[in-house]
Amino acid sequence: MDNFINKFIEVLEIEDHEVNPEDKYRDYEEWDSLAFLSLQALINDEYEITIPRSEFDNVQTIKELYSLIESKLK
Amino acid sequence: MIGSKISKTHYYLPGKTISNEELEQLFPEWDSAKIEDKVGIRKRHIAAKNESALDMGIKVSQRIITDEDKSSINFVIFCTQSPEYFLPSGACILQHQLGLRNDIGALDINLGCSGYVYGLSLADGLIKAGHASKVLLVTSETYSKHIHPQDKSNLTIFGDAATATIIEKSEKEMIHKFVLGTDGSGFNKLIVKKGAFNVNNEDKIYESSEFSDECLYMNGPDIFSFTMDTVPKLVTDCLDKNKFTIDDIDKFIFHQANKYILNYLRKKIKIPEEKFYINLYDTGNTVSSTLPIALKQCLDDGIIKKESKVMLVGFGVGLSWAATIVEI
Repeated sequence: MDNFINKFIEVLEIEDHEVNPEDKYRDYEEWDSLAFLSLQALINDEYEITIPRSEFDNVQTIKELYSLIESKLK
Repeated sequence: MIGSKISKTHYYLPGKTISNEELEQLFPEWDSAKIEDKVGIRKRHIAAKNESALDMGIKVSQRIITDEDKSSINFVIFCTQSPEYFLPSGACILQHQLGLRNDIGALDINLGCSGYVYGLSLADGLIKAGHASKVLLVTSETYSKHIHPQDKSNLTIFGDAATATIIEKSEKEMIHKFVLGTDGSGFNKLIVKKGAFNVNNEDKIYESSEFSDECLYMNGPDIFSFTMDTVPKLVTDCLDKNKFTIDDIDKFIFHQANKYILNYLRKKIKIPEEKFYINLYDTGNTVSSTLPIALKQCLDDGIIKKESKVMLVGFGVGLSWAATIVEI
């Protein structure tokens, strides 16, 4: 999870605020359609999976997102 | 051995343009510098109200066909998703407007970002089968006419353009083998839902659009997932089928979707940066025209020289994908 959050901070180019697992990441000012692409690219690189947008839409927080990824890896 | 070759290609861009700064004025939350840096687009050309895809197709064809071509072109393929009419085919009108012979074939193909490679595969097949010896392949798209005025994402990405390519019979096989693919389960990921004859308007088969159902809808994230899942294998399969490796290819030209996606795919496939062409700064994503525009730019700039091997890779709406290797 920590590793994922570090990568998440890197690809979203977050520099001036903390990132916590309970954060609703779409509320970040860095979040836009390009950030979405970067997040997808990160997940594809790290876990070799792609996730449909409809499933992304069902998660709110970084923690939930990480759980979704983990559920795909089982 | 009968083969085919691309003997010339040209493109046409409509006069009106929209810059990133103009988009930023319309949508203050948009960052023009970020669009240029990440998406790789500075401006996009937009067809005039009274200029159709067919009009642009006629203009670009007139730029390349000579009197000799007029008497020797014996097939016309017109690739567009912005047809002039439900019927007849635009290709038939092109035949007449360009003053081509009557004893020739003409047909339209309705494909987007994979359309140019599919057009080449048809031209190559027609030539090898002896049905034609010189094919005019025209791509032309006016997605701007499909996009909702408030749809800032699609307004940013897409531009209008037309291209014309002559493919002719050749002693040497200059257009190599093709890899083609289709996955219609993703038909609703990039779609204009209304305006044609679909009667099965059950909401469940469509994804909800923020804008009008008469306008272009794109599920960008799912299209990106599709490219991540499909394009690396497409490139490998095309190399394998033609018994080449990445080292044998002088230039890789992918459908110019956007700079971020192209760079991501390049790294994933491990194509050296110097072999990979990215240039959509002044055109945007022109759908079926990005590949021939890039090809022409590479030829004009000396990036591709005689006997260069070039891989062309198209992917998008359908979902549909195609790749081949051409020698110039």
